[in-house]
Amino acid sequence: MPYSDKVMDHFTNPRNVGSLDKNALDVGTGIVGAPECGDVMKLQIQVDSDGRIVDAKFKTFGCGSAIAASSLATEWLKGRTVQQATELRNSDIANELSLPPVKIHCSVLAEDAVKAAIEDWKRKNARSDASTGQMEETKRT
Amino acid sequence: MALKLPIYLDHNATTPLDKRVLEAMMPYLTTDFGNAASRNHAFGWKAEAAVENAREQTAGLIGATAKDIVFTSGATESNNLAIKGAAEMYREKGNHIITDLIEHKAVIDPCKRLEQAGFQVTWLKPDRFGVVSAEQVAEAVTDKTILISIMAANNEIGTLNPVAAIGAVAKQRGVLFHCDATQAVGKIPMDVEAMGIDLMSLSAHKIYGPKGIGCLYVRRKGPRVRLTCQMDGGGHERGMRSGTLNVPGIVGLGAACVICRCEMADEAPRLTGLRDRLHQTIAAGLDYVFLNGHPTQRLPNTVNLSFAYVEGEALMMKMKDVAVSSGSACTSASLEPSYVLRAIGVSDELAHSSIRFGVGRFTTGEEVDYAAAAVVRGVNELRELSPLYEQARENRRSQAKA
Repeated sequence: MPYSDKVMDHFTNPRNVGSLDKNALDVGTGIVGAPECGDVMKLQIQVDSDGRIVDAKFKTFGCGSAIAASSLATEWLKGRTVQQATELRNSDIANELSLPPVKIHCSVLAEDAVKAAIEDWKRKNARSDASTGQMEETKRT
Repeated sequence: MALKLPIYLDHNATTPLDKRVLEAMMPYLTTDFGNAASRNHAFGWKAEAAVENAREQTAGLIGATAKDIVFTSGATESNNLAIKGAAEMYREKGNHIITDLIEHKAVIDPCKRLEQAGFQVTWLKPDRFGVVSAEQVAEAVTDKTILISIMAANNEIGTLNPVAAIGAVAKQRGVLFHCDATQAVGKIPMDVEAMGIDLMSLSAHKIYGPKGIGCLYVRRKGPRVRLTCQMDGGGHERGMRSGTLNVPGIVGLGAACVICRCEMADEAPRLTGLRDRLHQTIAAGLDYVFLNGHPTQRLPNTVNLSFAYVEGEALMMKMKDVAVSSGSACTSASLEPSYVLRAIGVSDELAHSSIRFGVGRFTTGEEVDYAAAAVVRGVNELRELSPLYEQARENRRSQAKA
């Protein structure tokens, strides 16, 4: 299948590959998809005290467009606020990468991964409100 | 000699035309253009003579006589003609057909159509290597069975079936045996007499011949097999397949068969050597590599491997200088991974991670080494990206600790 130059670019030089400490309180982790379906995305965000995403990382098991979609998503997330990140739509990714119809689900998966990462971060920090001291502890280490 | 890129390792999909085949065809594409059915002039006679010569050549590769060969447009048409043609002809005798779950779609879909038309089809499940045993076939035969259709070699994994033993069961039970030998012909010896085959499909483009031509072997003696034609018209090919004969194609098929007959004994071990060199070089460079298919009872040219934690299409993109195929869903229009791999019990996860390699007549050791290196590099790069591989490594570490 001929892919767009942008897909090839992200596939050949994926941005922000790697992992953040999933136990850190300022990190949100989203893992979506299933190996038996041929796509698993892990997307992580690191959020500062102002609610701004200072780092984003991904690892993806999947086809070329799944890898490109997650790479692009991390690129977009960096520097945005969590609020802005919630507004990311799969169609933005699909359009940017010119994904063919059979690959739209890759962009859906990327949106889901972003949402899941935000949810995880929110969950952790809602809980940590009650125990701020512990959060400070984690941040220092 | 410098390596020429890209490298073609997808010979189960199709093969390049052998130059000797092209040479044999050329006159019939140019000066000797006659219609083989023209009985009243030299153009027609020449074409007819060429067709009959090719019929002998084709029959010679499979232990048949020339009159048993019905030329078609390829193996898909041959399979349709054999299965639907036999079912319709012998409907009075019975309505039961035996086949298996990992046949090519060109056998599965005609059988499904017959199911819709009221036939009973038994879909045998092969073992984990992809083998359908003669015992399974024997157990499935009833007094209503009119046709057994089992392939000689599987197109995705290369596993060979015990064709002669299945043929013996068919003979003993008085049931017709159709064998789709598209992948096997030219790579391993096929003999319709020794194997008890009544109907056999083959295609030229898998054996370094042209596309758009194939044939169906139709036994004329012991028993005489009759088929309801699927193409009505001028009554060509003993009435079984109407339509002006594709003379250059037929000449090409004949020439390709002669080359296979003469060179198979040398070519098969050479292909096996290249195939195993590819497999071993890859396996030496990577962990979590799994062979799909039978370890030994396999086509000399085919090796299908799953690379855990890596998706097949992504791997093909990583090694874009090497042409291969994948059982991943991402390479097909459907979202399902290979039905062949599923049927032999490969998990969906590993089916998505599968790559089929098929070496061929013109493949060199140098090309194989290049491809193996590209695979190792590609898999390693993608595993660095893979959350599943990361998890597997963590699990291994924690297990080691425990």
